[in-house]
Amino acid sequence: MYIILVLIIISLLIAFCFLLSFLWAVKDGQYEDRYTPSIRILFDDKKTNDIKDE
Amino acid sequence: MSKDINPTIDHFEYDNEIVRNFAFATIAFGVIGMLVGLLIACQLVFPVLNFDLPYTSFGRLRPLHTNAVIFAFVGNGIFMGVYYSLPRLLKAPMYSKLLSRIHFWGWQSIILSAAITLPLGLSSSHEYAELEWPIDIAIALIWVVFGINMFATILKRREKHLYVAVWFYIATWVTVTILHICNNLVIPVTLFKSYPVFAGVQDALVQWWYGHNAVAFFLTTPYLGLMYYFLPKAANRPIYSYRLSIIHFWALIFIYIWAGPHHLLYTSLPDWAQSIGMVFSLMLIAPSWGGMLNGLLTLRGAWDKVRTEPVLKFLVVAVTAYGMSTFEGPMMSIKSFNAITHYTDWTIAHVHVAALGWNGMMTFGILYWLIPKIYNTQLYSTKLANTHFWLGTLSILFYAIPLYWGGVTQQLMWKQFTPEGFLQYPNFLETVVQIIPMYAIRAFGGLMFFSGLFVMMFNLYKTIAIGSMVKGEAASAPALPKTPVSYKGRHWHSFLERRSMLLTALSVVAVSIGGLMEIIPMMLIDSNVPKIATVTPYTPLELEGRDLYIREGCVGCHSQMIRPFRAETARYGEFSKSGEFIYDRPFLWGSKRTGPDLHRVGLKYSNSWHYSHMYDPQSMSPGSIMPAYPWMISQDLDTTNIEAKIRALQLLGTPYPKGYDKKARQKLELQAQNIADDLNDAGIDKEGLQNKEIVALIAYLQRLGTDINKSGVTQK
Repeated sequence: MYIILVLIIISLLIAFCFLLSFLWAVKDGQYEDRYTPSIRILFDDKKTNDIKDE
Repeated sequence: MSKDINPTIDHFEYDNEIVRNFAFATIAFGVIGMLVGLLIACQLVFPVLNFDLPYTSFGRLRPLHTNAVIFAFVGNGIFMGVYYSLPRLLKAPMYSKLLSRIHFWGWQSIILSAAITLPLGLSSSHEYAELEWPIDIAIALIWVVFGINMFATILKRREKHLYVAVWFYIATWVTVTILHICNNLVIPVTLFKSYPVFAGVQDALVQWWYGHNAVAFFLTTPYLGLMYYFLPKAANRPIYSYRLSIIHFWALIFIYIWAGPHHLLYTSLPDWAQSIGMVFSLMLIAPSWGGMLNGLLTLRGAWDKVRTEPVLKFLVVAVTAYGMSTFEGPMMSIKSFNAITHYTDWTIAHVHVAALGWNGMMTFGILYWLIPKIYNTQLYSTKLANTHFWLGTLSILFYAIPLYWGGVTQQLMWKQFTPEGFLQYPNFLETVVQIIPMYAIRAFGGLMFFSGLFVMMFNLYKTIAIGSMVKGEAASAPALPKTPVSYKGRHWHSFLERRSMLLTALSVVAVSIGGLMEIIPMMLIDSNVPKIATVTPYTPLELEGRDLYIREGCVGCHSQMIRPFRAETARYGEFSKSGEFIYDRPFLWGSKRTGPDLHRVGLKYSNSWHYSHMYDPQSMSPGSIMPAYPWMISQDLDTTNIEAKIRALQLLGTPYPKGYDKKARQKLELQAQNIADDLNDAGIDKEGLQNKEIVALIAYLQRLGTDINKSGVTQK
């Protein structure tokens, strides 16, 4: 059942990549602010080519 | 060069055309995928709907249905949502319009080639990875195009923070890449035939590691990303807890990848591997329900909006279905529960609660929200959208409940013993006939869901007619400072960020390491699956028969894995052992028993019984719902590639003696002649039987599961 070892290695490799990106995210300050990002997505840009009359 | 204090404002356009294209593709392939699903659901009630044609028989259409729904309907749905939300979240248009278009047309051509090759019987038989190797390569290329487009957009973003949805998209891309490569490592024999590098139990493990993660990273994580974008947008409220969404993401992706073996409980897979799968599956409840609650609680204080806004209704049912199926999944991963549900229609009900409820309703909700947006208008009719909503929601109940009922009924009948200790229902067919009414109600549920699609199409068509398409949506955002402050220009990652092509190259390298890690150990380490001395490779004729079994998709209804339960050993014979499958490329354990298990069918019936049964199953088993295979009796067996097949298997380590490929044809003809003679002796008067496909299939079926009973090796 060496295949299990192989799959574990690959799974760990994926997990390791995700761990690195997690550490990057934390270090980068991605999670410093856990409130405004949820609000920010609600603000849309004003459409400048919006020709429709409301 | 501007400084932070007074950043320049960049003006750019979001590409709505590509979003519209993917939206139309989603709808079109939703119709096709579900139409095929409806057809095969009806075939289970009325076998005559198989039309006695190879291209329309259940075994070939089932993979077409699953692939169309997963990769065409949901796949295009993912891309529609990503191409809409990603640029808006990052305040940057997609990196390249050209790549977007290559992605779109490439993906549609892959779907088209699947729609052609699957009914032709060109299948690798790995569930949800049936497509043969040239199409697999095309998928990989188009997926990389999507990846480059996405990552380059991320690198060019004007919003430093990556919203949680973007993380879900990234995880999807990375993991699907690796899964796709690992599960499609094959040695090609011809343009449309290949053998997987792994055999038997190892192939099974790789396949279900893939299969489960296809559910996780194709049907779940991208849609969670979409949920985290479109639900707050549609409700116009922030997500309940952004902090919880971060925990949801990281916990989910770290746990999901280990859950695959829960598809192989009580099989020949080693016990400890089964336990790993079970434990991780149970752990998955936590992040999954965290995500569901996060979605539902977003609507706290806004439930009055759900009453009036159809989009929110769809999203609420979608998130609820996500919660239902992510509770049900872990339960089904508990071994004692799995002993009841596995191989039955419970599994089919489970996946459809997820596919119709989670993916389907989410896609519809997004379409109702997004189409009016990009056509700069309002939805034509709220009333019709509500009609669609109720059709969809109720149809899920009509679909799932009969299958739960039928699944349990059937499994209990399989396990029922008389007081004297015999099987109460020794004839498998009795347990099938019992639940055919359930199949009929399920088909009705499917019809309801399908008809909802047309209500939506009409509504969206009218919406588009009154609106006018905004092809490029103008937007503006402050440019990010060229050198991120926190890196001070020397951080390794900022180095990469400014070199998107280098990063892409590095990710390709990283991905190929995954592939190499599989191939190298395979070359170095001999398989340590316990060998059984009497198990020998298939003869050339049996090999051809096995490839016919794969072509016809028999594995869709027949398992080849007898679990170690008294009810199964009494019905089928000795339970299956891993050593019996070491020459099985691919493995054919199956995951559903619409018909009986076939692992020990060898020598159980006469050759002429098989002949008549394949020609007309109802003649041998009155009431059977199995399709007829008359073409296997009229078509000549194509033996053109037998030498190449033997050589490919030798390359993979199947111990055919040296030079066996040269002798293969002669051996094949000899064995075919023997079977043809036997059929003639049994009163089947037909000329040239030895050249027909049926003879190869009989040879394979008669070999199945017989090796462990051999006293000595009986090779001619």
